[in-house]
Amino acid sequence: MEPKVSIKLPAKDAARVERFAEITGVNVFACYQCGNCSASCPATEFMDVPPHQVMRYLQLEMFDEIVKANTCWICAACITCTAKCPRGIDIAKAMEGLRQIFLEEQEFARYNIFDIKKKVLEKLPQIALVGNFRKNIL
Amino acid sequence: MEVSYYPGCTLKTNGKNFEVTTLKLLEKLDVDVKELEEWYCCGVTFSQSEENLIQKVAPIRTLVKAKEAGRKKLLVLCAMCYNTLKRAVKFIKDNPDKRDVIHDFMDRESTKYFGDEVEIIDLLSLLKLIGREKIREVVGDKRLNLKVAGYYGCMLLRPRDIAIDSETNPTLLEEMLENFGLSPVYFPFRVECCGSYQILNNSDFVRKQTRLIVSSAIENGADFIVTLCPLCFYNLDEVQKEIAEEDSAFKTIPVMYISQLLSIAAGISPEINDFNLHSIDPRPVLREKGLL
Amino acid sequence: MKRIGVFVCHCGINIAGTVDIKRVVEAVKNFPGVVYVEDYKYMCSDPGQNLIREKIKSEKLDGVVIAACSPTLHEKTFRNTVSQAGINPYNCEIANIREQCSWVHTNMEEATEKAIRIVKSIVAKTLLDESLVPIKSPVVKRALVVGGGIAGIQAALNIANSGYEVVLVEKEPSIGGRMAQFSETFPTLDCAQCILTPKMVDVASNENIKLLTYSEVVDVSGSVGNFKVKIKKKAKSVDYEKCTGCGICVEKCPVKVPNEFDRGMSERKAIYTQFPQAVPNKPVIDRENCTYFQKGKCRLCERVCPFGAIDFEQEDEVIEEEVGAIVLATGYELYDVSNMGEYGGGELEDVIDGLTFERLLSSSGPTSGEVRRPSDGKVPKTVVFVKCVGSRDPEHHFPYCSKVCCMYTTKHAMLYKHRVPDGKAYIFYMDVRTAGKGYEEFYQRAQEEDGVIYLRGKVSKIYKSDGKLIVDGFDTLTGRKVQVEADMVVLAMAIRPSSGAEKLFNLLKVSTDANGFLTEAHPKLRPVESLTAGIFLVGCAQGPKDIPDSVSQANAAASMISVMFSQDYLIHEPIITGVNEDLCSGCGICVAVCPYDARKINREKGTVEVNEILCEACGACAAACPSGAAQQKNLTDRQIISMIKAILEE
Repeated sequence: MEPKVSIKLPAKDAARVERFAEITGVNVFACYQCGNCSASCPATEFMDVPPHQVMRYLQLEMFDEIVKANTCWICAACITCTAKCPRGIDIAKAMEGLRQIFLEEQEFARYNIFDIKKKVLEKLPQIALVGNFRKNIL
Repeated sequence: MEVSYYPGCTLKTNGKNFEVTTLKLLEKLDVDVKELEEWYCCGVTFSQSEENLIQKVAPIRTLVKAKEAGRKKLLVLCAMCYNTLKRAVKFIKDNPDKRDVIHDFMDRESTKYFGDEVEIIDLLSLLKLIGREKIREVVGDKRLNLKVAGYYGCMLLRPRDIAIDSETNPTLLEEMLENFGLSPVYFPFRVECCGSYQILNNSDFVRKQTRLIVSSAIENGADFIVTLCPLCFYNLDEVQKEIAEEDSAFKTIPVMYISQLLSIAAGISPEINDFNLHSIDPRPVLREKGLL
Repeated sequence: MKRIGVFVCHCGINIAGTVDIKRVVEAVKNFPGVVYVEDYKYMCSDPGQNLIREKIKSEKLDGVVIAACSPTLHEKTFRNTVSQAGINPYNCEIANIREQCSWVHTNMEEATEKAIRIVKSIVAKTLLDESLVPIKSPVVKRALVVGGGIAGIQAALNIANSGYEVVLVEKEPSIGGRMAQFSETFPTLDCAQCILTPKMVDVASNENIKLLTYSEVVDVSGSVGNFKVKIKKKAKSVDYEKCTGCGICVEKCPVKVPNEFDRGMSERKAIYTQFPQAVPNKPVIDRENCTYFQKGKCRLCERVCPFGAIDFEQEDEVIEEEVGAIVLATGYELYDVSNMGEYGGGELEDVIDGLTFERLLSSSGPTSGEVRRPSDGKVPKTVVFVKCVGSRDPEHHFPYCSKVCCMYTTKHAMLYKHRVPDGKAYIFYMDVRTAGKGYEEFYQRAQEEDGVIYLRGKVSKIYKSDGKLIVDGFDTLTGRKVQVEADMVVLAMAIRPSSGAEKLFNLLKVSTDANGFLTEAHPKLRPVESLTAGIFLVGCAQGPKDIPDSVSQANAAASMISVMFSQDYLIHEPIITGVNEDLCSGCGICVAVCPYDARKINREKGTVEVNEILCEACGACAAACPSGAAQQKNLTDRQIISMIKAILEE
């Protein structure tokens, strides 16, 4: 039997690594894991994997772990993480890149407009709808 | 002073109190505001992807229209529109090759937009430009006994290269409240995200944020929260009402667009507001303060 | 024509790996003036140097070219070698075929061709080299030390104890510096003042030390061996000859202002001594806050002084001192809390910096060592410590590590727990760096024995709610957000160079790095010298460091100065840029471009004169001179042209 290892390196996810670099240009290796993105993100509590760990998985090319997590879909693109990052990493942009990669790979749209309740639509500003579509539909 | 004006979608519907009161206020401050004859939805959230150029076409199209309108400044009230337009412009300035692709796509436009022809300006920066003296001239020396928590939200402060003020310690909003004779309340959650469009997917997140922001404003003694974004307005106002309906111990506070209060301070009748668009009715507090 | 020998070094494979040495040797043989060529594996080794000496004699050489590494490395070595064989050392030149050739190229063919041309141009230069004799200049055997903190004190004491005079200048009324403000020191928990004050007293009683407190350096001219320094002695308004330091004046003075020494947490008088153990232990009048100086009446101190020592008429005085060497020990200050918008921007009274906390811990501090928070004097039951505030943050603040915060924060939390055993201490950190003797053990003790809780992550926000300071942070080890309801927060703010020091550094033309710290001449091999000869750097002015490191640096600088003072003359390189008076029109362009003030116009002669000691041979004047009158020794226009010709020749 093959010995069990949790993290096997080097990882083999070259296609996603390349795509991520194309879309974002973010250098994930600048991250020194201070955790300020996770501390300042208003939605960390709702994420399976906090943002700094997503950055860690990115460093190790472990995209499969990130696909499993809801992190980039919980992100509201408020850019607090980027603003706080002491190393100047555009973490919000990294999240955008992940959303795009996963939308390209799996499902064109993660969202169905018919799921929205009519009552909600009465008062909801259009910008909420359009904003949400833009992040969940390619 | 003359400016072109881009309202964006929401200011024509749910957010119309923001538009109506701002236009009246600026008229009083002798600013000639002219709405663009043709404009497009900005796309709301700027795509941060280096690709995905299609999402950047609409903002640039709108700027072509602004360029054609011939005025040097384009006033954008909605914070989300401001953010998207401003970042789209920054993007084409930083990426000339991608700008050319976008230009090629826009084959029906009569002219091209390169980046510096029109200055996109938000309401606070415009008021700053108008200057304290002009404002005091219109408002007079009177001070309204109103404590106002200025809520910046995200889109006017982040990312840094399009920010209207310091991202951690902004003062512009408070300065404007002060200029109009209102008493600004500094509260620690004034630059925190409201949860934004996640209201559709993850309303618990928005509720958590609304609770934090609202409680912090109340704890610091505010009578009102003011905002410059229709989505923040919704998340703070409507969601606040929902929380209050479930939790009787939860204290509420009315939320207004900044222009709604500034116009009152400038002596414009509150009657121009459609108060039915508020979930937490601000009228009781306005009456209590003798403003209605 | 000169008889030139060329010696080509392999430097192991450093050169030979990329440059075909055989081909170089063959090519060089044909150069004009070259009478002998040989290659060797390591030319700088003893056998290599012997080889050169032998060949100089046997081949009757009068010029030598060494094709090897950069002249910054071994020019001195080889010039020594040739002079032992009787050649004037300035007829020995280095052709750099390593740093400028083999190391930066991979193509052997091209690198070899380049190496040949480099050697050829240096041969052309050597043919025209003059024999030169080093310039001797006398040394003033006195030193100036700027800054009376622990680094400056240590340097001054050592130089003085070697038998040389020292002028020690301190801008505050007392020496002692930051260390005097500290409570206890890591990792031994020695009381800072107890170990510092004996040294302060030694300074005061040392006959070789001229102590000038409340003084600042305002002008410096001259150069190594002979600096002329102007020092402004600010008016103390007290005659120190008469004053006994009895303190009655201080007691009776009616004016109270915030005490800077206690970081504003206590009050001092307008006439004051900085702290009880101050040296000199005599007061000064702070004229900006003194009622008499501001409003024209009071003079209470004058009336109560039994010795008639108060002197309102005293004026600032500028004195001049001559010294041979200068030690810069200007120290540090902390980056201000107001720069941290997300941590309250300095508006939250109980969010303080590390130095302020030192005063709270100090038995001579405003609370006599009891930990009581500034806002209401209550004993805080939960204290949060945040490290790396402003440090390691290239995006918003400073990129560097402030080095001492890991240890002093550990000490802070430990001392807090000793004073408030039922209190809780939390430290937010990114890394814990404990490289120092006994440091790691100290850190472990804080966790194991004192129960200090370390949380690995940054703090995103500090704000006040319901009377508590809410600290929002993250613990990356559990992957969870952390919220602490604290009574007080201590921020380990970034270490910055003293704000007043920049002006002095400009005055001295010493270079600083991007962060404002002084640049050493070589980061490893010349760590306490500046690039300007005769100026030394010690303590935090050169970069963040702890007390043992500051003291070591001070000792090192003092020892280098003692070596310098043990000689009667300084030797200055004879490679300087002179003036050909026949060609000089006295236009003065060279005077304007000289960064060392080495050139001036002689009005009588109508030509320019050079102070050879000050000239650093940078060549700016030679390049600027329109008539060719300014020629650098052994790098004349003629030599440069022949070098260019040699390089370009097919």
